[in-house]
Amino acid sequence: MSAPATSTHRLARLLALVPYVVSRDSVALEEAAAAFGVTQKQLIDDLNLLWCVELRGPDPYCPIDLSYEGGEITVAEAESIARPLRLKVDEASALLVALRMLAEIPGLDDRDALSRVIAKLEGAAGTAAAVSSKVAVEVDVHPGSTDPEGGGVGLLREAIARGRRVHLTYYVPARDENTDRDVDPMRLLVVDGNTYLEGWCRRAEAVRLFKLDRIADLSVLDVAAEVPDGAEPIDVDAGLFRPSPHDEAVTLELTPRGRWVADYYPCESVEEIGEGRLRVVLRTPDTRWVRGLALRLGGQGRVVAPERLASEIREDAARALASYGMT
Amino acid sequence: MSRRKTERLLNLVVCLLATRRYLTAEQIRRAVPGYPDSDEAFKRMFERDKEELRELGVPLEVGSDQQGGGGEEIGYRIPPQAYELPDIHLTPDEAAVLGLAARVWRRASMAEAASGALLKLRAAGVETDVPNGVGIEPRVSTGEPAFPALWEAVRDGRPVAFDYQGIGRTSVARRHLDPWGVVSRRGRWYVVGFDRDRDEQRVFRLSRIVGDVKTIGPAGSVTVPEGVDVRRIAFDWGDPVSEPRPATVRLRAGAAQGPRRWARDVRPVEDGAWDEATLTFRDAERFAPYLARFADDVVVLDPPDLREAVIHQLKSVLAADTPRTAHGAAQGAAPEAVSGR
Repeated sequence: MSAPATSTHRLARLLALVPYVVSRDSVALEEAAAAFGVTQKQLIDDLNLLWCVELRGPDPYCPIDLSYEGGEITVAEAESIARPLRLKVDEASALLVALRMLAEIPGLDDRDALSRVIAKLEGAAGTAAAVSSKVAVEVDVHPGSTDPEGGGVGLLREAIARGRRVHLTYYVPARDENTDRDVDPMRLLVVDGNTYLEGWCRRAEAVRLFKLDRIADLSVLDVAAEVPDGAEPIDVDAGLFRPSPHDEAVTLELTPRGRWVADYYPCESVEEIGEGRLRVVLRTPDTRWVRGLALRLGGQGRVVAPERLASEIREDAARALASYGMT
Repeated sequence: MSRRKTERLLNLVVCLLATRRYLTAEQIRRAVPGYPDSDEAFKRMFERDKEELRELGVPLEVGSDQQGGGGEEIGYRIPPQAYELPDIHLTPDEAAVLGLAARVWRRASMAEAASGALLKLRAAGVETDVPNGVGIEPRVSTGEPAFPALWEAVRDGRPVAFDYQGIGRTSVARRHLDPWGVVSRRGRWYVVGFDRDRDEQRVFRLSRIVGDVKTIGPAGSVTVPEGVDVRRIAFDWGDPVSEPRPATVRLRAGAAQGPRRWARDVRPVEDGAWDEATLTFRDAERFAPYLARFADDVVVLDPPDLREAVIHQLKSVLAADTPRTAHGAAQGAAPEAVSGR
């Protein structure tokens, strides 16, 4: 989270520091250091810098008077920098776009707070808010879901809040299977427009992610959820799906029409091989879904390695053709 | 980078905020400690300082106090009402969703902007620490290399040029665009705008932009037409070309769970080895690859055009798999020769 320590970053912090204290009357050094993400030593250097501000000219004076005696920061004189600087266009947009995205998540019960904070922020940002309408992030609303309130988000949030176990019928496309399992829900993740339930799967005895649009059936059980102490939440900032080095590498060659594969699946490598064609390498613990992918690709691409997988795909296609009376 | 520079910039801000009159460069040089003696060096340093303040979002006003006298040197000031964030008070539930929103952006430019905004809002007295137990964690990536440049172009209203690898194209093409907005769906970013080459509005996927995005015009030279809704343009593919039609299919008992989720009238046939069901589709060419994916667990009985499309799809799997097709062989050049980029 640490921002590059350029002088403009530091200046931004200095300009925020005085109003931060002014709006709270007095703040402990420790608390302020935590709020600004700096060490106390750095913070004290910041305060000294502010205290040293001096205007020369006809009557030289020091416009900022502050103290941190006894570990409590107080500002006696702040003059013109008592208020924070206005939001920049980037800053206002980053928050407003995110808030509007949150407002789209179905089943969210903080909707009212969201519209209030959007209105207040638009008011405070003024003209800087206008550009934010040029950026939008869509949230998938699962049209196939049985729950008109939007894919069980409401039910799951309630289960999380009340600490209840849920029962899922979950479709696994890689194996084309419906599976039944009890899950102790931990969180809902909305990552890149898709919604997932993160929970302790009692069948796998591990933390698992369940994509909400693949939950065919959901019921909240009258049983308390028991997430084991050691259950580590997934680090969403590091990426949801991290292939393991034990996964099998699959190499595909794609025609220009098949290039979408590189957009849709996390590829270990993507290589241009001329004429708009690509060679991509995927890693997967289970190659069954790649067989399905190859059938979907048809002439748009082919699996070149491993050979075993390529021959399974040929057999799949041949068997399927046989059921149409073709050999 | 240096403490001295930060100190000088801080003094400059305080000085220009405190003045009601415009201060000339020379007056500023006398009032703000830390500027060099040499005129040339001062000029250069002052120019850089002004640029840094603008980047920081400090509203630096340029003008002069002349009352029609003329000849007065231009000066600078920061009007407090343009500088100060207006009052903002949030209730705890509002602050909680704001804190959640600030965490949405994963890495990169937008994440930095969000934390910058949060810093200012905290300075205004807002408490944004999110209590645990909100139970929902939203994240959006802006990891595509073209994102920062396109967002800046959209923000500043500047036209851009980039190389684009369209789907199904054998090479990239240079495109010139007046960007109107950027939108994300299912983790993928798109830029919407007026395509100067095609003379109409177009949508480009950021992941297919190759290399750098270059601005090709000054800020403010792109105007978004009245009533443009970038989301609608990006995701509205017009009315579907064909009407929905029913298809009769056979699904192997206990298998083909995917199509079963959308199937109607599922009825067992042939002693329960198969089910017959009805699926709805619009375009046989698009639907056939989806059905082919289930190999011999799904067999299309009707209509004939869909049946033919699936057979064609399956045959193309075998054809694609024949190494060195006539087409491939005709390419001649070893693919390895152009690899590595």
